[in-house]
Order: sequence, then C-alpha cells, then structure tokens
Amino acid sequence: MLLKRLTEASGPSGHEDEIRQVIYEEVRDHVDRVYTDSLGNLYAEKDGKGTGPKVMLCAHMDECAVMISSVDANGLLQFRHVGGLDDRVLLAKPVLIGEKRIPGVIGSKPPHHQKGTERSKPVSLEQLRIDIGASTREEALQHVQPGDVAVFATTYEEFGANCAKSKSFDDRVGCAVLVEMAKLSFDMPVVLAFTVQEEIGLRGAGPAAYRVQPDIALVLEGTLASDTPGTVVHARATALGQGPALSLVDGSSIHNRKFREHMMKVAEENGIPYQMRNTTAGGNDAGRIHLTREGIISGVVSVPVRYIHAPAQIISLGDYENTVRLTEKFLRSVEQGGFQR
Amino acid sequence: MSEWNIRETMKQLMTASGISGHEAGIADLIKEALAPFTTDVRTDRAGNLIAKVAGEGTPATRPSVLLAAHMDEIGLMVTKIEGGGFLRVTNVGGVDPRTQVAQEVLVHAADGDLLGIVGSKPPHLTSAEERGKAAPLEELFIDLALPDSVVREKVRVGDPVTIRRTPFELQFDRIAGKSLDNRASVASVFECLAELKKLRTEADVYAVFTTQEERGRVGAGPAAYGIQPDIAIAIDVTFGEMPGAPADASFPLGSGPAIFYGANCHRKISQGLTMTAERLNMAYEREIVMGDSGTDAWAMYVQRAGIPTGLVSIPVRYMHSSVETVCYRDIEQTGILLAHYISGIDHAYVEGLSCYLKD
Repeated sequence: MLLKRLTEASGPSGHEDEIRQVIYEEVRDHVDRVYTDSLGNLYAEKDGKGTGPKVMLCAHMDECAVMISSVDANGLLQFRHVGGLDDRVLLAKPVLIGEKRIPGVIGSKPPHHQKGTERSKPVSLEQLRIDIGASTREEALQHVQPGDVAVFATTYEEFGANCAKSKSFDDRVGCAVLVEMAKLSFDMPVVLAFTVQEEIGLRGAGPAAYRVQPDIALVLEGTLASDTPGTVVHARATALGQGPALSLVDGSSIHNRKFREHMMKVAEENGIPYQMRNTTAGGNDAGRIHLTREGIISGVVSVPVRYIHAPAQIISLGDYENTVRLTEKFLRSVEQGGFQR
Repeated sequence: MSEWNIRETMKQLMTASGISGHEAGIADLIKEALAPFTTDVRTDRAGNLIAKVAGEGTPATRPSVLLAAHMDEIGLMVTKIEGGGFLRVTNVGGVDPRTQVAQEVLVHAADGDLLGIVGSKPPHLTSAEERGKAAPLEELFIDLALPDSVVREKVRVGDPVTIRRTPFELQFDRIAGKSLDNRASVASVFECLAELKKLRTEADVYAVFTTQEERGRVGAGPAAYGIQPDIAIAIDVTFGEMPGAPADASFPLGSGPAIFYGANCHRKISQGLTMTAERLNMAYEREIVMGDSGTDAWAMYVQRAGIPTGLVSIPVRYMHSSVETVCYRDIEQTGILLAHYISGIDHAYVEGLSCYLKD
C-alpha cells in the first residue's frame, strides 16, 4: 500500500534518508533515470519521445517533526521543533527516535499535581521531555544522541467514509501522486522532483527547479482542510471530500492565473471535482520554483488534509484519487499542446 | 499454561478499554486470563469480578484475604453530535484536556468501535493569542471522518470513548501506554497468584477486580462488604518520580513497591508488608499520606465492623495520560511481596490485628 509505505517512513527536514529510499524503490523500475543532488533532492526522469515542453512535478519528502537537543541528568530528552508544530499537539504522544526507531513518550504532569489555572495554559516546549525509559544521562546516551530526529509513532489506516489517517500526509500524499505518474508514459519529458526541507523554508525546491529547468512546474501538496467546528464556512481553507484544491494566493506566491484557469478547464472537461483553496495562509515549493532562473510558470494542486502538522492527519481517499486523475489529465493536456506559455 | 506471560497479558489488558461504569468488556478479558489460577470466578451486583483461590488452612479458622485492583480507567463520554457529525464529550474521571488534543480515540458504539481523531487547529491558521491558551474539554471535538447522517445512526449520547494506544516497550524494562492505572496492579495480582502457587498458604485469597474506582471508589466497598475478608489489600498506582512531582510523594521507577503508611491503612499490615520486604531483601519505598489514600483502601477499611486494610502501590509516571509509564520489575516485585505476606497469614495474626491494649 503506497500511502502506508510513504506516510509511515521517517523524514524530518534535512533527514529525509528513509523516505527518499522508499520513494527510490517505488519509482526506479518505471523511469529512465533516478539520481540525487547534494541537498538530497531526488529526481526521477521520464524522457518520453523528447518532444513538447518539459514538465516538472514537485512534491516535498520532508515532514514536521522534532529533534533531540540535549539529554538531562535524569535521562529525559529535551527536544526542539523541526518545522511548524503547535506545542499543544505534543503532549502524551509516542514518538520514534532515530534510525533505530527507539520508542519514547512525551510525558505529562498528572492532574493530581497540577495547581490552580495550570490546566488552562499549554505546556511549553521548554517543559516537555521525551522519556525512553532511561534513568540517567548515561543510560539515555546508550540509545539516543543529541541531533537524532523523532517522528510521531502514527500508523496509516483507512477508516470512516473512504478516509485515511496517518502522519505526514503533508506531503507524502503529493509524493504518492508523483509515484503514480512515474508508472504512466508521456510523450514529453517529465521530471519528478522529490524535494527536501520544504517545512523549514522551501529550501530544496529552488535548486531543484534550477537544475531541471522545466517549462512548466506543478507542485503537488497536502494542504489545510479546516471544515471543522469553530471555523466559519467562508474562512475554510478547503473541505475534505470536495476534490483537489487549486491555489489562488498564499504566503509564498500569487499563482499564475492562466495556469489555474487551464487546470479548471481540464477538471471540468474530465468531470473531476475541484475546489479553490480559500486562504492566503501557508506556502509551498511553488514560492521558490516560480522565481527560479528567469521565472518558471508554476501551479499548485493540493489534497485537503485535516489536522495538518499534527500526529494524526486525515485525508479523503476520493480527493487523493481525483488529484491523481487531475494530474494525469493535466499532463495529457500539455502532451496534446493544450497549455502553452 | 506452563508459564504465565503476565507481561504480555498486561499489554493486552492495556489495549482493551473499560471506563468507569463500563467494565464488562475488560472484566471478560481478566476472567479469561484468570483461567490458569482458578475457575471459581463470579461477578457481583456492583460489577466487581471476584476470583477465589482456596487456602490450605482448616476451614473453621482459615483466614481470608481480599486483594483489590480496580479494573476501570478514566476516559470520555459522548455528550452531543454536532453538525457535520463531530462529537462533543465530557470526562469520566480525572482527564487533563490538554492530553486529549490530536489523539486517536475509539468511540465504543453499540455496534462496535469507531476510530476517531481529536481535532486540532493547524498552526497556519492559529493566532499567537490562541497558542497561549489550552482548550477546555468543551471545545474539543472528535472527527470520525463520517457524514453527519451516518454518525447519528451509529453513535449515541452516552457512548464511552477511550484513547487508542498500542503499548510501547521502552528501554530498561519500562512499558508505556494507557490505563496502566490500574492494569499495572491487575498484572501484579496475577504475579501474586503465580507466586502463591509456589508457596504454602493457609488463607483463602479473593482476587477482586473492582469497578468505578476513578469515579469515587464505587465498587470496592460492596466487594469488601460482600466477601467480608479478614484482611483487605488495595493495589493501585502511585506517582512516579518526574520533574515537577513533589519529592516526598513520588517514587523513582524501579524502586520497588510503595508500602502505604498513614491512617487509611492498618499499621500492623503496613509493618507486616515492610517486614516481608525486608525478609525477601526486596527494594521498597514507604508512601506517606495523612488521610485519604485516594484508592479502594479508603472505602474498604470501614466496611461492616471495619476491615483491616493495607495498600501497596506501583510507581507510574505521567498518571492519567495515555503514555503512563512503569518499570515492569516493580509490578513483579509487588506481586511477590503480596504473595509472601499472604502466605504468612494465619488465624492468630488476624486476631492480633484487633489487639491494641497492653496489660
């Protein structure tokens, strides 16, 4: 199961080793060549017949996680965020640390020992610790070193009405779309770029786009779904089950209008549901790609993800499948000369 | 079973659920696990599961000992189905809402368990002011990823909810997961029964798995009243040493059973347990509480004309969270301590518990 393999793999920003290997093994038999660059970006190239514009599809491999920053005398581990995490989702969660996946838990103070208004305040990162069972610093150092990264110990599982939960759908769901595209044949050259370090400032995508030098780039993302209690309808970024989301504007770019209108046309012609991403919050690799070299026409299609950047995230498998379809139909439209700069 | 793998049994019991007042499922599992020790198992009207292991003493003067480990756990209960099929909940027992955010939960509906996620707002859409506040339970919601109509068909107000957590084996003999309060003590009762098989014991032993401890020790009183033992011992968890825990009321994991001293327990039983630990050369701690121990011991001590009561506790870190952590050796040692204490009990010892005067 592709989504299971991709989401359960570890890959905090700058530490994408495990997820990169998983993707490599998924795509290597379907493409003309696979290679990595010095940053750790993974490229899978399909030459096609060599005619038509070169298209780069981009999805980031990295995920929000934590890094062990020091080990206390009592054997508990202090840690810091890698990427944008809200401290409030960390309490009482199990994590897996380092390559050996050493289990640890983020502990919480018993309610019995809490005083007054303590409960109305979040526990700050400075107070949180990971417990691996060690009683002394020496014991802890037998298993973990400062600099080791830890991911949430969440498993992939399908549930509800054609939905799935796992960690890191942002952006393994985009990686999965790219892997599916690797299995298809196109006339024009298609480069699948699996980037590093998106979550700490879109670091991998710029060099990737510079190297690939595509005519067109499409970023596949997992994005905010906020169709949940406490959010007014018009402020909802996207809603689960309403199809792939097309970006208008976000913190990293104002998206190419012609590109977007083309995507809408492709979706409508093929009967694929879609929605607009109704928020300006967030950002993604398109923010770097569209400013690379003399500028690259870029678009973003996203799978809505509820509880993004939290240990257990939810997607609609229908949205995922429709994103795969829309991406393929988009590539076919380019193949047929339907989208020109 | 030639060998009891109580550690694995405990992990299975931790995975099962049974919030206060809804212990039937966990009781069935405990009953199954009791098979190697006794088939004399019944349930009383308060829902307590009572297993009897007969002693060897002459029936007329054979003492009886009640071991009480509560089998219920804290959890949540559905209070409302919101538009969109999201669930609102209240707490059953002492739940810190901050430990519920972003958890996977099971909603125990009539037709089976439903997986849900406790919602959280993405950091991208959260203001700095919001991040400085911890949401009260009323603001949390559970997402079943099901349409409104399906949720209303499957879920009822009053359905219990528990966090879904696979137990984790940490390093250095530690186990982490939910409901170690009080499945750790349930396991220590099993360890005790296994140890008793190796010993000569006069007393009848009643292993009682009590209900609704987390909601005011509801089950233990009726159990002690009904069984009318000569001695009752509660087994529960106590606070594991951790940053922020009071130094005089928390115990390092791996430091052995904590033997209770204070008015909630009969002093001779506390002393008897201590002498047993000394005799076994076993590491132990003393837990000191002035009044209410906060355990089944409080309810049992004053049943009928008074039942001499003791309390042994197992240190647990992160109590009342889904990552409670124990050192398994503490559980094992607690069982061994109880078994050796019980095997030393005879009629004269019981009589002595009521003697306070000096001539």
